[in-house]
Amino acid sequence: MTNAVSTATRPATSDMVRRLPEYLMIWVPLLLSAAHLISFSIWTIWISFTPSTLVPVTGWVGLRNYTSVLASRNWQIAFDNLLLFGSAFVLLSLITGLMLAILLDQRIRGENVLRSIFLYPLAVSFVVTGTVWSWLLNPGIGIEKLAHDLGWASFHFDWLVNRDMAIWTIVIAAIWQSSGFAMALFLAGLRSVDADIIKAAQIDGAGPIRTYWRVILPTLWPITITVVVIQLQFAISAFDLVRALTNGGPGIATQLPALVVYDLMFQRSQLGRGAAAAVLMLLILLAVLLPYAAWRYVQRRQATHA
Amino acid sequence: MRDRSFAPSRILIYLVVSLFAAAYLAPLVVVVLNSLRTNEEIAQGSMIGWPQHLAWGNYALAWSGFCVAETCAGIRPYMLNSALVTIPATIFSTLLGAIAGYAVSLWRFRGDNWIYGIVTLGLFLPQQMRLLPWTIVLRDIGLINTLSGLVLIHTIQGLSFTVLFCRNYYIAIPHELIRAARIDGAGFFRIFWRIILPLSAPILIVTVIWQFTHIWNEFLYGVTFTTGQQQPVTAALIALSAAIADIPQHGVQSAAVIIAALPTLLIYLFGGRYFVRGLTAGAVK
Repeated sequence: MTNAVSTATRPATSDMVRRLPEYLMIWVPLLLSAAHLISFSIWTIWISFTPSTLVPVTGWVGLRNYTSVLASRNWQIAFDNLLLFGSAFVLLSLITGLMLAILLDQRIRGENVLRSIFLYPLAVSFVVTGTVWSWLLNPGIGIEKLAHDLGWASFHFDWLVNRDMAIWTIVIAAIWQSSGFAMALFLAGLRSVDADIIKAAQIDGAGPIRTYWRVILPTLWPITITVVVIQLQFAISAFDLVRALTNGGPGIATQLPALVVYDLMFQRSQLGRGAAAAVLMLLILLAVLLPYAAWRYVQRRQATHA
Repeated sequence: MRDRSFAPSRILIYLVVSLFAAAYLAPLVVVVLNSLRTNEEIAQGSMIGWPQHLAWGNYALAWSGFCVAETCAGIRPYMLNSALVTIPATIFSTLLGAIAGYAVSLWRFRGDNWIYGIVTLGLFLPQQMRLLPWTIVLRDIGLINTLSGLVLIHTIQGLSFTVLFCRNYYIAIPHELIRAARIDGAGFFRIFWRIILPLSAPILIVTVIWQFTHIWNEFLYGVTFTTGQQQPVTAALIALSAAIADIPQHGVQSAAVIIAALPTLLIYLFGGRYFVRGLTAGAVK
C-alpha cells in the first residue's frame, strides 16, 4: 500500500527510472529479436544484389546472381528434388499419420505406449536419424546385405547409391521421423469430434467405415491443411537429414535448396549467389505460407462474425 | 463396441498397429544392438544382427577414445560443448520469453501487437536467411567459433518460440487478478514472481523441453559457426563419420550415436506429455 502512495506522489521521470529494469527486461530481448529478423532479412536480400564473393562488398549487379543460380544445374536439380520430395513426403506422411491416428482411435489397449513409439523419432536429431538410415539403406552393410546373408541372393535394394532412386531414401527417413507429428494432430482432431454427430450417423444406420468417410474425416480438413503447411515448411528447409543421409549424393542427385545455399556460401565462397539462393528459398516458403495466412485470416473473421 | 473386441477386424487393427510400431522401433533397436557388437563382427555380416557377446568397450571408446582429426578424446568434449550451449540458451530464452510473454499478454503497452507479430515471424524465417548476417555479427563481436556465440544465437532465435508459448498461456489468466494486485501496489516484477510464476509450471516445462530438444539437435549453426574442438555433438557426429569413412567402425559409431541421442530421448521418455503439448502448441499458432 505504501508503494502505491509513494508512486502517486513521485514525479514521472523518477517513475521511469524506477521502472527501468522492467523496461530493459521486456524491451531488450523483444527488440533484439525483432531487429535481427528484420535487419538480417534485409541484409541478405541486399547481398543477393551485390557482386559479393569471398566477402560482402557493395555494388549492384541487378538480378545477375538470381539468373545464374536459376540457370545452374545444381539449383535445377535441387528444385526438381524439392518438388518430388516435398509432395511425396507430405502426402505419404499425411496418409501414414491419418491411418495411425484412426487405428489408435479404436479404443485399443496400450494406446499410450504405441503413441510414444510413433512420436519418439521427433525427439531425435535429424543428424542421428540420417546417419542410422544411411547404414540401414547402404547396400553393402544394410538391409540388402542382410537379405543376401540370409540366402536371398537376388534381393536388390540399392536406392541409396542409385541416382534415380536416392531421393526416395530421404522420403523414407523423413516419413519415419515426422509422420508421428501428423498422427498427434489428427488424433487430437478425432478426439474433438462431437460425439452426437457420430451417434446420429450410427442411428441413421451408417457403418464404421461410412461414418469415418462421410462424417468424421470431413471435420479434419482444417487440421490437414495445418499439417501440410508445417510439413512443407520442413521439406523446404530440409538440411540436416540430407546432409547426414546422402550429403546430396550420389553426385548431386539428392541436392536440395538448403544444401545449395550452404554450398554456395561456405564452400564456393559465392556470397552473392548464396544469398540469392536463400532468398529463392524464402520465396518458395512464402508461396506456401501466404495463402495459408490468408486462409487463417478468413477463417478467423468468419469465426468472430458467426 | 466393447463386446466385439475379439472380432477379426479388431485382430487386424492390432496386427497393423504392431507392424507399424515394429517399423518405428527397428532403427533404434538396430543401433542399440550394433553398439554392442564389435567392428569385425559387423564387417563380416551386416548392420542388422544380434551381438555374439556384449562389446561394452564400444561405449568407452565412443565416449573418450576414438579420434576425430588429430584429437583422440572421443565424443565427450563435444557432448560437453552441446551441454554448455543448450543449458544456458534454454534457461535464458525461457526466462526472457516468459517475462516478455507476460508483458505482451497482461500489461499491454504501445506497439505490443506489432512487436509480438514481428517476433513470431521468426518461426517461419528460414535459417539460411540468417546465416551470413550471423557470421558477420559474430565476427564483429568476437564470438565466432565460440560456444558463447551459439548461446547468443539460440537465445535470440529461441525467443520467437518461447514468447509465443508463454504469451498464449498467460493470455488466459484473468486480467482482474493483475488489476487487483496493481491496486495493492504490486509492480511488474512482484506480480510476475508472486502471481504469474507460480501459475506457470506447465508452460515452463513445455518451453524448456522444446528449447532443450531443439537446441541440442540443432546442426546448421553448429557446423557453420564452430570448427574443431568447439563443435556441438551433432556437427561432431558428421565429422566422425567423414573421418572414419575409410576404415568403418560401425560398432563404435553406433555407440556414439546412442550417446548423442540419449539426452533428448531421456527427456522425451520422462516428459513426453509436455513434449507433445509443445509440438501441438507450435502448430496452432
